[in-house]
Amino acid sequence: MNTFRGVHDMGGLPAGEVVASEHDFALWEKRVDALMVLLSRKNLLTVDELRRNIESLGADAYDKMSYYERWIYAITQTLIQRGVVSIDELGRRIAEVQARDDGGN
Amino acid sequence: MSEHHHHDESVPHRHPLRADQDDTLTYWRAMEIAVRELLIDKEITTADEVRREVEAMDNRTPAHGGRVIARAWSDPDFRKLLLEDGNAACEAMGLERGLYKLVAVENTDKVHNVVVCTLCSCYPRFLLGLPPDWYKSRNYRSRVISDPRAVLGEFGTVVGDDAVVRVHDSTADMRYLVVPKRPSGTEGFSESKLAELVTRDAMIGVSFARQP
Amino acid sequence: MAETEAIAALFKAGDCVRVREAYPIGHVRTPYYIRGKSGVIERLCGAYPNPEELAYARPGLPRQPLYRVRFRQTDVWQGYRGKGDDTVDIEIYQHWLQAQ
Repeated sequence: MNTFRGVHDMGGLPAGEVVASEHDFALWEKRVDALMVLLSRKNLLTVDELRRNIESLGADAYDKMSYYERWIYAITQTLIQRGVVSIDELGRRIAEVQARDDGGN
Repeated sequence: MSEHHHHDESVPHRHPLRADQDDTLTYWRAMEIAVRELLIDKEITTADEVRREVEAMDNRTPAHGGRVIARAWSDPDFRKLLLEDGNAACEAMGLERGLYKLVAVENTDKVHNVVVCTLCSCYPRFLLGLPPDWYKSRNYRSRVISDPRAVLGEFGTVVGDDAVVRVHDSTADMRYLVVPKRPSGTEGFSESKLAELVTRDAMIGVSFARQP
Repeated sequence: MAETEAIAALFKAGDCVRVREAYPIGHVRTPYYIRGKSGVIERLCGAYPNPEELAYARPGLPRQPLYRVRFRQTDVWQGYRGKGDDTVDIEIYQHWLQAQ
């Protein structure tokens, strides 16, 4: 291949039958969406930064992650790139959130 | 919100089609909580602001789009405005103007329009709410652009050879609303009765409006 | 500010254009499948900050004219299974277009 094609740039590629799938969005998914809208309104993120970070996921991750998993990944990447959130505080806070979960499942 | 029934053996376990991620603290869900908390700690947002945004999102449903279409079917001047300046038409109905420019495209006996975003998931959210999973799926995004009549067929929508199929790839700063054909036998229907015939899928262009 | 900084529009509705055939990395809103294809300007949509710059938190100015360009499906896809006059309309920024 002497061209570059992004994993997201899929128009015209072979794919399967369209299944009319949908689900009621979970609260956490809506919150991810809300964070994107709020950060964009506060000029801390552009939709194109969100997209660029999603597009930089490897092909495997792009297809395996759910839609809002890709979004929270990309929102967080943008916040790190802009210096709004540091990697250190992010890592510590994720660990704290996981420790708080009583592991009831 | 967080009622758990793990210990209630009398409730048979059902197998949901899709894992209920509200009940399981996945890595990505933990990240959402962590990021939201950090943004609140830094006073960039508040819990209340996030909640209000979620509520606003819940209030955006295809019923908004349905009202717009029903008005366009009933009022020729409004139809003209909608096709010329979609945002002004929404505003004239007391709806959100929308952040993006709205392009309304009309289905007729000669033209059938259908919308996709091959690169991501662009969608007129202020009129239709959040896009359904299939709209964001690899299968839809890959194929409706190059083989639209086959994909329409998978939705049970057959467009005859006497009509042109026009796919709109929503790649940039426009958002698209399909104005479906008004169903036959609806002469004299009120706007609210007409609005009930307008489905979300008809406004994306993968199906026709409901027959009464 | 942003409102004043726009590049002049080079094309008008009805003009024949060709999409540049280029394959950079980065955030690009010109789909792969349409590069190198020829179509007709359907309308000028206005001028918008360049998303290729916005993606890196830069202002994307001056704003780029954005067009809706209409392509015949049979010109885009080999062996297109449909009618000869089926079309695809795509928003494309001016810097990706050249006169045909």
